[in-house]
Amino acid sequence: MRKLVIAISMLALAASAAFADPVLGRQALMKERGKIVGGLSKVVKGEEPFDAAAVLTQLQALQANAEKFDVEALFPKGSDTGDTTAAPKIWEDMAGFKTAEDKYLADVKAAVAAAPADVDALKTQIGTIGSDCGTCHQGYRVKKG
Amino acid sequence: MAWLKKLVGAALVLGVAGAAAGWLLSAPVRLDGADLAQLVGPGDVVRGKRIFYAGGCTSCHAKPGSRGDARLQLVGGLELKTPFGTFVPPNISQDPKDGIGAWSVGDLANAMLKGVSPTGEHFYPAFPYVSYARMKPSDVADLYAFLKTLPAVAGKAPGNSLAFPFNIRRGIGLWKRLYLSDQPVIPLHDGTPELVMAGRYLVEGPGHCGECHTPRDLAGGTRKGQWLAGAVAAEGSGVVPNLTSGEGGIGSWSASDIANYLETGFTPDFDSVGGAMVDVQRNMAELTADDRAAIAAYLKAIPPHPNGYPARKKSTK
Repeated sequence: MRKLVIAISMLALAASAAFADPVLGRQALMKERGKIVGGLSKVVKGEEPFDAAAVLTQLQALQANAEKFDVEALFPKGSDTGDTTAAPKIWEDMAGFKTAEDKYLADVKAAVAAAPADVDALKTQIGTIGSDCGTCHQGYRVKKG
Repeated sequence: MAWLKKLVGAALVLGVAGAAAGWLLSAPVRLDGADLAQLVGPGDVVRGKRIFYAGGCTSCHAKPGSRGDARLQLVGGLELKTPFGTFVPPNISQDPKDGIGAWSVGDLANAMLKGVSPTGEHFYPAFPYVSYARMKPSDVADLYAFLKTLPAVAGKAPGNSLAFPFNIRRGIGLWKRLYLSDQPVIPLHDGTPELVMAGRYLVEGPGHCGECHTPRDLAGGTRKGQWLAGAVAAEGSGVVPNLTSGEGGIGSWSASDIANYLETGFTPDFDSVGGAMVDVQRNMAELTADDRAAIAAYLKAIPPHPNGYPARKKSTK
């Protein structure tokens, strides 16, 4: 668990460095986001013991990550080409994209505020958050192989 | 000029014979008595619910973008944009006029297992009856019972808009002769674990995974030699991933990784489900843990293939 926290902190540091390239910037934030959720999933699956303080730290890291996800700066017009899986729909429906991201942030904040006391509480929260991941990846990402 | 007359005459005869043969060969074929006999007796609603989610009916037949209980209002209307044209899944709610409320269980079985409508027309294989054809008639009867519990919703979805010659329904009869079969795709020897057999049924039958995850030939049939190797998306854009253990596939995923992905939508490398699979995963989450384990066991057992789609062109930008 400690190793994971350190790894996440380092990732966070890397992600917070200003990226000249918005594509690299958003990819770094997404990678970090996935890592944190992955760590929490391990607790949900019972592969790691539930430690309320450590879980809260991770949820807070998830919130910090979500707050850094500035859609305007990370998805400027014209950043839909090159090595990216961002779907054109992002720019066709920027409002919908922002709404989905806002819902995600709100759900993460709610999880931090409710600081889960046991695995079941965390499981419900990760379920909600995971469904938010799916909402965005359903329409706003294209797998290109 | 007698020879010319003869030639024209022969050509005419051949043409008429060919047309007649084509007409006969393209005729809709319905279930026979033995199959229909398996449909007697009321289906089981609980078992039917499982088939409903395994079959993914709601992914195409609910109003696009529906969430929660709205996914059970099977009013149709999603647009599937393909190289053949745009297919629009119809209303299959219990509305007797706009939906399928007036259908008998035999009608549903003929639709799902033979791709034939109650009025005797072919359905387009965008409705994945080529996979459903591998289902047990008793599962269709259970599904029928479950569908009966869902709401009637009025409203007809717009029709398909297809390019010539795909707009000629009768032609599908010939296509079916090439591709419609109730036989399993992957032969499994005697003594194969029960779990793998159960997974084969779910994946190749109701789950119709191969419809998107297997590349297609020029005539639009799936290439069985590249079964589940991934494909260029037939609908929309992008690619559909390789489910085999071949290069580019999911060989590094354990069976429990696969089952967990189907339950939670998270990949083992902390990514999340995306694209059209988001709806599919929501359906898979409704199945039992045993069903998901069976699907995983089957995917670990199938022959490996490299990706069934071309490598991504690196941007020159």
